[in-house]
Amino acid sequence: MYRNLFSNDLFSELDRLQRIAARAFDASPSIRGTFNNRFPAINIGTSPQAVEIYAFAPGIDASKLDIKVENSVLSISGERKESSDKEAKTNLHIGERFEGRFHRVVSLPDDVDSNAITATYRDGVLRIKAPRQEAAQPRRITIQ
Amino acid sequence: MSNVQTANGHNESRETSYIVPSVDVIEDTAGITLYADLPGVPKDKLRLQVEHDALIIEGDLEVPVSDGLNAYHTEVDSTRFRRVFTLSKELDAEKISAQHVNGVLKLQIPKAEHAQPKRINVTVN
Repeated sequence: MYRNLFSNDLFSELDRLQRIAARAFDASPSIRGTFNNRFPAINIGTSPQAVEIYAFAPGIDASKLDIKVENSVLSISGERKESSDKEAKTNLHIGERFEGRFHRVVSLPDDVDSNAITATYRDGVLRIKAPRQEAAQPRRITIQ
Repeated sequence: MSNVQTANGHNESRETSYIVPSVDVIEDTAGITLYADLPGVPKDKLRLQVEHDALIIEGDLEVPVSDGLNAYHTEVDSTRFRRVFTLSKELDAEKISAQHVNGVLKLQIPKAEHAQPKRINVTVN
């Protein structure tokens, strides 16, 4: 189901290919870096009813996540602490996991009802659902 | 990447593109501790295997998605995580213990008894 959602779209497909190419030939990387060094990675899906944001942020205390909406800009920030035994133990062979503070912003369309946004955190994925305002949703008009 | 033609005619080549999870590997005298980021992988979709001296970590992403959602922006573009590590001889693969909390897998791989550090007493005659 996830695959269906994110693979049928031509633009995301092109985007994906572009990133693969960028990773392979990293001659002139984007000024914002590739997604690999952005934490958390974010997927966004839209439907006539809502905008849904998935932030892949494993190993975080959900109560320490700070999600804000200001002028249609949604910001997700928080901190991921390094594993406590990292400093105590002597030998770090591989250290790839993100640690420290993070902050990411997503601009929301104007028709989103910012009072009705909900967020859940499960298995390290933060799912934010931003419903569109009732008036903005498509309606079928019946002919009298 | 291998192309597998499925019954319904769809090309499933992307099934073989994996997300390589970020890991931390820390060693101390007792053994190795490995942390792997596997966001969106529930416990029952996580597969850990030891084959000969290879440790295989695999997991399937399972995130609930509302019907009729169209991709607008995609950074996570596969539903499968996979990473393989080669274990060294002094590690005891039989005694690996695993924990999985908030999308982070923690593996503890102890060193075999014979590989534990020993203090050698020097006696002076």
